[in-house]
Amino acid sequence: MSHHTPKPTLADRGQNFGMRLITRAGGLEAMKNPALRAKVEKVLYRGARQGFRAQVAAGRAFTAKTGSGSPTRSKPAKPRVQFDLNPSDDQEMIREAARELADEVLRPAAPQADTDRTVPDEVREQAAQMGMALLGVPTELGGVAEEASAVTSALVLEELARGDMGLAVAVMSPAAVANCLVNYGDSDQQATYLSAFTDEASPATGALALMEPQPLFDPAKPQTTGSLDGGSLVLDGTKSLVPGASASDLFIVSALVDGQPRLVIVPPNTDGVTVSDNPAMGIRAAHTGTLHLEGVRVPSRNLLGTTADHSDAVARARLAWAAAAVGTAQAVLDHVKGYTKERKAFGEPIANRQAVAFTVANIAIELDGLRLVVWRAASRLDRGLDASEQIAHARALTEKHCAQIGSDGVQLLGGHGFVKEFDNERWFRDLRGAGLMEGVLLV
Amino acid sequence: MIDLEVPKKFIPLVKQAAGLADEVFRPISRKYDLAEHEYPRELDLMSAVIDGLSDSGASQGAGARTTSGGAGEPAGVGAGSRAGKTKETVNGSNLSSVLSIMQTCRGDVGLTLSIPRQGLGNAAIAAVANDEQKQRYGSKWAAMAITEPDTGSDSGAIRTTATKDGDEYVLNGEKIFVTSGERAELVVVWATLDRSLGKRAIKSFVVRRDNPGLKLVRLEHKLGIRASDTAAFSLDNCRVPADDLLGDPEIRTEGGFGGAMQTFDNTRPLVAAMAVGLTRASLDLATELLEKAGITPDPSAPLHTQSYAAARLLQMEADYESAYLLTLRAAWMADNGKPNSMQASMAKAKAGRTCVDVALSCVQLCGATGYAETELLEKWARDSKILDIFEGTQQIQLLVVARRLLELSSSELK
Repeated sequence: MSHHTPKPTLADRGQNFGMRLITRAGGLEAMKNPALRAKVEKVLYRGARQGFRAQVAAGRAFTAKTGSGSPTRSKPAKPRVQFDLNPSDDQEMIREAARELADEVLRPAAPQADTDRTVPDEVREQAAQMGMALLGVPTELGGVAEEASAVTSALVLEELARGDMGLAVAVMSPAAVANCLVNYGDSDQQATYLSAFTDEASPATGALALMEPQPLFDPAKPQTTGSLDGGSLVLDGTKSLVPGASASDLFIVSALVDGQPRLVIVPPNTDGVTVSDNPAMGIRAAHTGTLHLEGVRVPSRNLLGTTADHSDAVARARLAWAAAAVGTAQAVLDHVKGYTKERKAFGEPIANRQAVAFTVANIAIELDGLRLVVWRAASRLDRGLDASEQIAHARALTEKHCAQIGSDGVQLLGGHGFVKEFDNERWFRDLRGAGLMEGVLLV
Repeated sequence: MIDLEVPKKFIPLVKQAAGLADEVFRPISRKYDLAEHEYPRELDLMSAVIDGLSDSGASQGAGARTTSGGAGEPAGVGAGSRAGKTKETVNGSNLSSVLSIMQTCRGDVGLTLSIPRQGLGNAAIAAVANDEQKQRYGSKWAAMAITEPDTGSDSGAIRTTATKDGDEYVLNGEKIFVTSGERAELVVVWATLDRSLGKRAIKSFVVRRDNPGLKLVRLEHKLGIRASDTAAFSLDNCRVPADDLLGDPEIRTEGGFGGAMQTFDNTRPLVAAMAVGLTRASLDLATELLEKAGITPDPSAPLHTQSYAAARLLQMEADYESAYLLTLRAAWMADNGKPNSMQASMAKAKAGRTCVDVALSCVQLCGATGYAETELLEKWARDSKILDIFEGTQQIQLLVVARRLLELSSSELK
């Protein structure tokens, strides 16, 4: 669609990234910024041009299409040479939009969504309108990205998960599928599947399903197998904790093919694919299910990317979970800061006691440390540098400290933390998951 | 734009500091650990390198050197002054200082503390001195004397007195834990003009080391950082010119003590950087020794699929990275004129406890080799403990962080 627009100047290009996203935000607070509004008006035509499209049922049919031959990738963000903790203006605007979505929509909906294990329609619509799931999809492919940025994704995930991790996972799960297609897909795969995810009226849902049920699971060694049989790939195995599995339009699963872990595109209506419920301790709004693959035969052209792309997806997913954990841990910190000053025991606020105050201080210290590690890893990815060590560090810190932060968030409230009077017991359940989940989210 | 790599312009400086660590400090590390109180003469021989580091433009040098102060000079971590708020992000001397200290302390913490003219007293002079005083004392080596036998973390309660007598102040009291107290040319002494007026009457005075009223009582024997001398002094009718009271001689109702405490805001990132450097040293050596024992951690594999030793190394690397980045953040904020008191304490708290945990764990993982003097792991474990104590203990850092976070006063959160 971008070929309809006048070619942007260099200055415009820098702004474009955030613009198309913000455009969809409509009446958000961020739109009160006059400079922003003026720029946004230039691209408002896009929304106006979109015709109404009939609601498409889950499990839509994908017609195999032939692409141009060369796949379209997101452009890497431009490298900088300064140590800097300030997001760019575009990133700040996108973060602000995500923050509002989190505060106005996700947080209020979270308790009921957790109980019901569903995403309310208005939450899904609002998130889709803001294009949160299209952050990594280039404009040429109908997305919103001028530059792909892991930092931007991390900032967005952090904000959304501060609102609610379960809803954030549900909303951003299709984004992971779209990003896999953008990053690893060939042009035919992009042509066949991607447009469903960029559809404005009814964007497709999907899940990047890497998890398996066995203890000591290592995503590099999935027990799910794929055997090549002529032009087909036959898949057998089980995938756990797949968000929205029962209503997904498309799965990307991992499987061991010729001894190598690979990603494979699996439409849910393929013979041999069944889904069962798999509720977990947390991220319940994401309605996790188990995906059973028994003799599932897909064309071998459904292999997505290379073995290296599989490891890239594993790494980016871990970083995404760490970013989400930062957001939920921030929610804990924000809450206990207020609660410990209001709650009185022995005649004074409990925050006046070192045992309580130091616990709050330690939450803040470990949280800030993790956030910086996540940012560093993401900015290294954006620079095209190896980020495997930083991602491992982010993962290890998430495992070690975020479960503790979740626990402290309950502990500081005592019995009040244990009952569903506050959000803290949900944060406890959600934060435990962030350090062990594989796949699902992607920066 | 968010980017947390070492900026290109500081890479030569970091390499120089790394060279100093590897080529100068490491080879003599054990020697001065065993020969406590002996002056490391090699540091004099290397003074050209060290001054080169200090004068390399972008840097304040390997320590808290704050001799400059000329126009256009970047504000050092120890310099107290902050860069003005500008639109463009600045990578200045605060960042370069912590980066180079991380390297020299990877070499040796005690020797880093012994680098001439890099004392914490220099940081105090830079923080509170007027321009004339900076001119007079900027190029001298200054130690810092705050702690007293009965006054540790509550530095507002010091008992050393300063009484005005004509053009002089007369100082009386006892000072302990004065780093480089024997070797420095000056000692910055904290004393109160009037104990009944509390913290705000505390001022700092420059005392020449050869002042007959300043008597060296003893040098301490310590658990670690033995290359660095730690002195105890008594001040017995010690007379100093009135001009040697640093900064404002008046007792103000507010700001006085806060100004003095600001020295800590400025030196805490430096001590955090020392802890980060020592953590790096322990991790590097333990990783090397364990590799020879057949352990190779795989950052891409889940911790639970690896051996305990490999997983432990990866976990420690993660906490190292957290401490490292918290330290860089505190320095970056100072470079960019952002108030960083809480972040400086966060960095010091995380780096202090991480370096003790890592250094002790590396000894554990390497067993007899870790515990014996054949390697430096046991020394680093001993050295590490001071880094969670001086410039504010772990507990004091948590107090600072908690008070800021919770917006509680020192009378509410004691």
